[in-house]
Amino acid sequence: MKREVVVTGLGAVSPLGVGANALYERWRDGSSGIENGEGAATEFDPTDHLSVKEARRSDRFAQFAMVAGDEALEQAGWDRDELPYDTTCIGCVYGTGIGGIGTLERGKELLIEHGEKKVPPLSVPLMMSNAAAGMLAMRYGLHGDSFGTVSACAASLHAIAQATRMIQYGDADAVVTGGAEAALTPLSKAAFARLEAVSPRGISQPFDARRDGFVMGEGGAVLVLEDAEKAAERGATPLAKVLGFGATSDAHHLTAPHPEGVGAAGAIRRALRDSGIEPGQVAYVNAHGTSTPLNDRAETKAIKDALGDRAMQIPVSSTKSAIGHLLGAAGAVEATATILALRERIAPPTLNWEEREEGMDLDYVPGKSKPLDVNGGPAIALTNAFGFGGHNVVVCLEAL
Amino acid sequence: MPATVTADAVEKTILEALPQFGVDEADISRDSTFEDLDIDSLDLTELSQIIEEEYGVTIKGEDARKIKTVGDAIDLVVSKAG
Repeated sequence: MKREVVVTGLGAVSPLGVGANALYERWRDGSSGIENGEGAATEFDPTDHLSVKEARRSDRFAQFAMVAGDEALEQAGWDRDELPYDTTCIGCVYGTGIGGIGTLERGKELLIEHGEKKVPPLSVPLMMSNAAAGMLAMRYGLHGDSFGTVSACAASLHAIAQATRMIQYGDADAVVTGGAEAALTPLSKAAFARLEAVSPRGISQPFDARRDGFVMGEGGAVLVLEDAEKAAERGATPLAKVLGFGATSDAHHLTAPHPEGVGAAGAIRRALRDSGIEPGQVAYVNAHGTSTPLNDRAETKAIKDALGDRAMQIPVSSTKSAIGHLLGAAGAVEATATILALRERIAPPTLNWEEREEGMDLDYVPGKSKPLDVNGGPAIALTNAFGFGGHNVVVCLEAL
Repeated sequence: MPATVTADAVEKTILEALPQFGVDEADISRDSTFEDLDIDSLDLTELSQIIEEEYGVTIKGEDARKIKTVGDAIDLVVSKAG
């Protein structure tokens, strides 16, 4: 018998501001965090939240993780001096697509300009992709299993999925999870542009016929997951259940999704099965919706294939229309926004959607939020994340 | 050319360097221990890099483990330079 998993705390740093509510509410109200073709977390100043030592000991991606983590633990009602569970039973699984690439780039510049003696000794501990997982575990004194997940733009949804399993199977009573990315750096931006993955016009318009690539964004999110029974015993207020997840691989191409969305559809089906629900119970899909020509077409096919008639009856929208593509952080940031939307019974909008493309006929919630009709039943959503490398992850959430 | 190594010069270098690691300037004296200043092995590695650049003297490995106070570090640099 699998244990039930609940989310008790949420925290986020995103192009829409610092805080999970800023992310959700501004998206819901139609604000965009994208300026000049990128979704920078401009309201984030590390010195507002971290000491000099904490800030210089961490790459920007780990800074996002720590600030989102503090918010999430506070909401969960965790006393950081006296954690609610045996600390060896609290894990940390935290994703990133790239890790500390800003640190890597600065180190390389110093190496080229001044030689190896000028390379900062902190380069390795700051750039390593598991740095945020390690920093969070250290910051809060979590002695359970901790590691980073690396599956490009599926990384942080993989983290949530693995955190869920750890609790379901009793390997942990609670897991601090999520993901962060800070890749708005010269090399990274140039490389994604050369790959022709980003929008030359700098417009994120998922599912619109004119879409021409994603807009890069940065940020991070932390979710506190707990065993439902133990959370109830300590009097916590759960925000949502993680019902289950599904994950597959395209095994098709290093960057392109399978054109028919076969792997993505398989992940949705597995998520439903793992969660013990039928397509008819899904009220909303938070799409991966990158705004690339290939993803949005393949994902539409996958949703229709896996959900059947239900796909045409429910809203499907993309958080990336408001914040851009947060790469490895996308899954966790979007899961955070999805939980808050489900709790309000709102389907937030896909901004910039105006032109329909042949065959892409789902309700993408163009421009404005709308009420989510759950007919008095539970508010259940799927949230999708697909990564370069062909990794597909779908997590099923229910608002409480 | 590395700068001339005098105790005063090294002290000045160290006193100027430590605040960037998050140490409050008012807490620093020759007698303050790195432990009390919350300066750990990673900070010392960075401090060593600054000193090496300035004076051409390295404090690494066994040397770094021996120094407990700001004064120890100054004396070590001066003695190694001499």
